[in-house]
Amino acid sequence: MTDAAQLLAALGTVRDPELDEPVTDLGFVRSCTVSADGVADVRLRLPTYFCAPNFAFLMVADAYDAVSGVEGVHRTEVVLEDHFASDTINGGVAARSGFARSFDGEAVAELDQLRADFVRKAVLAGTDRVCRPLLAAGRTTDDLAELTLGAVPASADLDRLRARRAELGLPSGDDAPLLVDATTGDAVGAQALPLHLRKARLTKVSLEANSGVCRGMLHARYGATLGRGETPGASHGDNHLKMENA
Amino acid sequence: MYEKDGEKYFVVDSHMHHWDASPENWVKGHEQYAKGWIECFHAYQGLGPPDTHWTIEHFQKASEEDLMKNVFEDGHVDVAVFQSTYLKEWYTDGFNTTERNGALAEKHPGKFIVNGRWDPREGDAGIAQLEADTERWGLKGVKLYTAEWKDGSRGWTLKDPEAYRFLAKSQELGIKNIHVHKGPTIWPLDKDAFDVSDVDHAATDFPELNFIVEHVGLPRIEDFCFMATQEPNVYAGLSVAVGGLMYARPKFFAKVMGELLFWVGEDKMTFGSDYSIWEPKWQVEGLVDWNYPSEEFSDYPEVTTATKKKILGLNAAKLYGIDVPAECQLDEGAGTPAAKDDAELVEDKAGAAV
Repeated sequence: MTDAAQLLAALGTVRDPELDEPVTDLGFVRSCTVSADGVADVRLRLPTYFCAPNFAFLMVADAYDAVSGVEGVHRTEVVLEDHFASDTINGGVAARSGFARSFDGEAVAELDQLRADFVRKAVLAGTDRVCRPLLAAGRTTDDLAELTLGAVPASADLDRLRARRAELGLPSGDDAPLLVDATTGDAVGAQALPLHLRKARLTKVSLEANSGVCRGMLHARYGATLGRGETPGASHGDNHLKMENA
Repeated sequence: MYEKDGEKYFVVDSHMHHWDASPENWVKGHEQYAKGWIECFHAYQGLGPPDTHWTIEHFQKASEEDLMKNVFEDGHVDVAVFQSTYLKEWYTDGFNTTERNGALAEKHPGKFIVNGRWDPREGDAGIAQLEADTERWGLKGVKLYTAEWKDGSRGWTLKDPEAYRFLAKSQELGIKNIHVHKGPTIWPLDKDAFDVSDVDHAATDFPELNFIVEHVGLPRIEDFCFMATQEPNVYAGLSVAVGGLMYARPKFFAKVMGELLFWVGEDKMTFGSDYSIWEPKWQVEGLVDWNYPSEEFSDYPEVTTATKKKILGLNAAKLYGIDVPAECQLDEGAGTPAAKDDAELVEDKAGAAV
């Protein structure tokens, strides 16, 4: 029999496309249950009533696909709660209508381009996560320009970077350069490297800051009730959790 | 003015409001949006220190007395810039209109600057209204909210030809400062509503206007910073960056400040409290006390007293032509940005890298 832990594992593969973090970690899964006859019921929540509807749609659609793929699940219901476009999004995803048809007259295209743009940001941010420890360990930027992915010490950040690059069709094998342009996949030369690394760091800082704001807003909205699978994300000198514990 | 350790800081709150989001002002049939909007703002207030949180009822509509006390008496602010946001689809008399702000400004001469607004979807009537508002309130700036809903439309961009007509009219009327605020929706909805590339176009084509991107482009700080390095007339409005991060996420705040100082520079960053989301008092005092928390940040530009004086008021005073008392001016030679090599790196390569 399928259990909620399997659903949660499936939902752990669904990312917030803007923040590049699993919706479970972020606390966006309010509940997930599955009945004895294989009906899965997932309730999602977001930090605000007005979170961008395009990203919200992607999360609901991805959650629907992930949960539907769990063995033993015969029917899936995913409900985004407390959002201005809840009805449109939930109905559109359930009917498999796609974004443009769900938001009839308000959208002209599906969200593939938007998603790819944000995976590119994730590649840049991931580049910083992988490169910064190397630089701290004494490697020079010239060294980095020569490195291949296979020559970088194994880490979760490296796996994540490779996965995002593969998603975009960028080179991600052992012999691929560590530093590539996130659009063309071309190696970044030594001369362009300092600026590339600055942009990578900036992108990571931006994603982290957004994630911090989103987590804070979610908690301001829903109090201390953790989402299913939520990680507190308190590793950055975080007064917010202190406030809640006070 | 705020004084600390013998230093005097002239404070311009360049982004604040006097809204009415009380239920009496909610548009019939659209109550859920009016309620959702103000509850969202209220949750932002939750990111500030607990002893500065208000009840939702208080938050929906601060009184004139609250505002004068919070902003000027307790909040150290010398001059505050009202940013008008209408949202008339949801709020019957508007959320925070030029008239409502202007009435308060006229009661308290010298305390406020009143910014207007425009919406390119209003066409000829909007142009006429902008002319009338400029005449009535002596506008030097406008606030643009690109995600405003209007007659089934979910937003617009500065690239729209109609927006260019309003930018040209603004320039003709002597309006200098365009505060841009992005939100979660736009037309079409499949695009990233927070994208700031439209500001890039407008800033290039209207070099005499200043574009102050509010909330430093949050949640697109990276796009904003990279654009701002290439446009001399683009500024970083720090509202939300300070209020939303300085207390709740101090380490992220330090990184964001470091990035802004590197890419945008201390001459183009302006403080805004976003009152009454947050009160200015803790933000002003916190910024004056602030520095990077550890050595980990040593490759970001240095933060000096002059940096803080510029950010807290001197930069905005320049944008708005506000007279600053001599005792609050910078000393001769103070405030030269330290990170010259970094600046050159950006200037040399930015053009080639995009």
